[in-house]
Amino acid sequence: MDMKTDFFRLAEELLDLVQGDEVLLLNFAGESTDFVRFNQSRVRQPGHVHQRYLSIELIDGQRHAGARITLGGGHHCVNGKDESVDRPHAAGVVGQLRSRLADLPEDPHLLYNDQPHSTDQEGENHLPDVEEVVDQVLSAGADRDLVGLHAQGGIYRGFANSLGQRNWSATHSFNLDWSFYHRADKAVKCGYAGVNWRAAEFGARVDTAVAQLALLGTQAKTIAAGRYRVYLAPVALADFVGLLNWGGVGLKAQRTRQSSLLRMMTDGVRLHDSVTLMDNTRAGVAPNFQVEGFLKPDHVTLIDAGAHADSLVSPRSAREYGVPTNGAGAGEGAESLDLAAGELPAEEVLQRLGTGVWINNLHYLNYSDRPACRITGMTRFACFWVEAGQIVAPINVMRFDESLFRALGDNLLGLTREREMILDSGSYGGRDTSSAHFPGALVEDFNFNL
Amino acid sequence: MLKTVEQHFRELTPAVDFCSLRLVSRQDEVIEVRQDILQPVDTEDDVGAMITVVDGGGLGYAATSDLSAAGLRQALERATHWAQETASAAIVDHGKVQRPPLVGEYACAIARPWAATPLGERIDLARQECARLKTDDRIVDWSASLWWIAEEQLYLTSDGGRTQQRFEYLIPGLSVTANEGSETVSRRFGGFDLGRQGGLEILDDVHFFDQAPVISDEVLQLLVAPNCPTGVMDLLLDPDQMYLQIHESIGHPLELDRILGDERNYAGTSFVSLDMFGSYRYGSDLLNITFDPTIAGEFATYRWDDDGVAADRQYIIRQGILERALGGSTSQMRAAQPGVANSRACSWNRPPIDRMANLNLEPGTSSLEELIGAVEHGIHMKRNLSWSIDDSRNKFQFGCEHGQMIRNGKLAEVVKKPNYNGISATFWRSLKGVGNAALSEVLGTPFCGKGEPNQVIRVGHASPPALFADVDVFGGE
Repeated sequence: MDMKTDFFRLAEELLDLVQGDEVLLLNFAGESTDFVRFNQSRVRQPGHVHQRYLSIELIDGQRHAGARITLGGGHHCVNGKDESVDRPHAAGVVGQLRSRLADLPEDPHLLYNDQPHSTDQEGENHLPDVEEVVDQVLSAGADRDLVGLHAQGGIYRGFANSLGQRNWSATHSFNLDWSFYHRADKAVKCGYAGVNWRAAEFGARVDTAVAQLALLGTQAKTIAAGRYRVYLAPVALADFVGLLNWGGVGLKAQRTRQSSLLRMMTDGVRLHDSVTLMDNTRAGVAPNFQVEGFLKPDHVTLIDAGAHADSLVSPRSAREYGVPTNGAGAGEGAESLDLAAGELPAEEVLQRLGTGVWINNLHYLNYSDRPACRITGMTRFACFWVEAGQIVAPINVMRFDESLFRALGDNLLGLTREREMILDSGSYGGRDTSSAHFPGALVEDFNFNL
Repeated sequence: MLKTVEQHFRELTPAVDFCSLRLVSRQDEVIEVRQDILQPVDTEDDVGAMITVVDGGGLGYAATSDLSAAGLRQALERATHWAQETASAAIVDHGKVQRPPLVGEYACAIARPWAATPLGERIDLARQECARLKTDDRIVDWSASLWWIAEEQLYLTSDGGRTQQRFEYLIPGLSVTANEGSETVSRRFGGFDLGRQGGLEILDDVHFFDQAPVISDEVLQLLVAPNCPTGVMDLLLDPDQMYLQIHESIGHPLELDRILGDERNYAGTSFVSLDMFGSYRYGSDLLNITFDPTIAGEFATYRWDDDGVAADRQYIIRQGILERALGGSTSQMRAAQPGVANSRACSWNRPPIDRMANLNLEPGTSSLEELIGAVEHGIHMKRNLSWSIDDSRNKFQFGCEHGQMIRNGKLAEVVKKPNYNGISATFWRSLKGVGNAALSEVLGTPFCGKGEPNQVIRVGHASPPALFADVDVFGGE
């Protein structure tokens, strides 16, 4: 089942249906993934998902209509001619869209790429046998309480339009996202993702996690509400800053005054000079093209040395607000969020933390006051109380409620020199291709309120 | 198409202990008018099937959008492979789970079908309401939306089971945002809390056409309102916040798969343990919670769950005492506990897991005047804005769009950015008033996320307003 061949064959068949000045945009999203879910070091649900979706956008002047359909894939012989199995259905949808255009008004904010630029990113498939990985995971969980999900397989994205542009992106990756539980809610969260599974690398990550697991055996400490010096490990910091993807960094949110960064634009609020945040497409794993056919620049700087810089601009926002697009999707969120490294050596973090809280993971974040960029959420998994630079005990979960302007502003003591590449394990609708590249952060007076 | 797929399944069924096919065919249309401009009208036609095989005690699934005989054969082979490959490591002997082969059909009631109204008229419905939202220059963004879903599900089993269900859903929404300087506030109606089953008659049922002037007026009040004060006070929650309170701090902690640990790596665990059922005091005597997939029009009403089990109404909490868990047939066997028919999948490409479906607070006896009149010092909050809760579903913090102080039994000034927090294990014990049946509203959200791989699904919650004593309340900066 070659998704690339199938997509471009079908695309050519559909592009032949274009009439007059019509423009047709075709977007393909497919994956073939094995998912194996674990609990208590046993297999809970093993399975496979094979899915193909085609989005069809028919444009005539400033009128346009779109539809997304599922595809079966494959081809067969029709009247002596090789034809996609999906052609009749997809062609029928093109006809329906053409009929629909008559009922739709002109769209003043329609914008699509009319400067064709074709690309082809075809990742090699070095994935191991999934059964072999499952055996290794079960072995790692022997005599332990392992819970999580292993996903592996191909993720495919394609674009074609009637202006001659063709884009393709294929990756063959795995993402094992798991936890070792000590008891109740005390656990170590782990991840291993990439394109080449190495048993030794997995083993090393298991060993590291098991060492942390031992620390959870100590009597947990309940800390009182109040302000503490904290270390936000890279995964936790990526979650905290990642909330900016929810109406913080997009142009539409900013122009409609709903952005959580609004006060950086209206009131001169600045973050610490060491904070430089970008959507770094070049260093990420997401495709570098989007549904209207625009290519993304290598990077877009969102915050530059503490000051607000650029915004993510979708084609619709570009047309609405009269600025160039930078290839953002409709949601105007960063897919490859990248926070620049600082100067704090990782081996000095415990000492610099002194007395405070080491936070490895956060959970369930949301704005508690969006204009103040105040964020609430929970600590989760292995978080520790530290005294005199030594880990003393795991903490019971605590709720925080803190403004990003403070935490990454005056209260930021330093970002680590080392960064971690975090590949998103999310799979709503399909496997995510987002990533984050983050250092850790040492923060003063971080507010816990429950 | 359904007939062809059924024929393929009957012909291809392998020699295994049990095999099922669950086909889901779903159509979506979203109409949104923002700032009086029609946004792209997105439609979707999503169809696929999941094959589940149980063999030798193992279970495997394979989902595919290729519904040809060859595609289904490949899925059958892959599901069989996974069942057999992992049988010795399976967390439960899936062969022992009861799977009665039921037969039947169900369709939700629809008075005014979406598809019977021309596209132009559907657009006009949203356009007219959008135009009523911009009432002041300080209103900087406004929109009206209608999201329609039609779904058909066919569930077939190798031992003759065949159930077929048809649903239509409508999620109407209005949103208005006002700004002055660096202060921005929003008011919304529906959008992600007002999903129901049915057709366009829902718009009248939920008074959609009355809401634009209300929220436009309220957003301007909020813009000049003071921040919500900090303090311990009585808290009166409207149904459009109660749905979320029920969902997060009763629904999720009572899902059996969370209690059994399946979700610990993602959505989380639960502060509830198996030994609590039958005796644990979850709330005051006023707390009566039912699982009810039988209510016509509620968002997650169905006749059979996605494991083909017949669904019926059950008390989950009665007079404050925890009675029953929210777990489907597999979880019930693992936990040796009674549960409900709530094994559900978001679509054809995800396996069923325990979900809360319709989870409702049964009405009490109080009128709204009585609830307000019972408060000496408190606040009335409406419409959820922010939500966060810990991985055991205990420490929560929620924010609302609109607050109004209550003093000496009377509503007083409007306040903005009202937030409150608490702990599930004790919060419901402070329930001291529940509105009567006339005040109960049937709500539901299409965005409940859970599961590995991830799933977002529809859930329904009906609730009257409810009054809680001595809650920690605070505002913004």
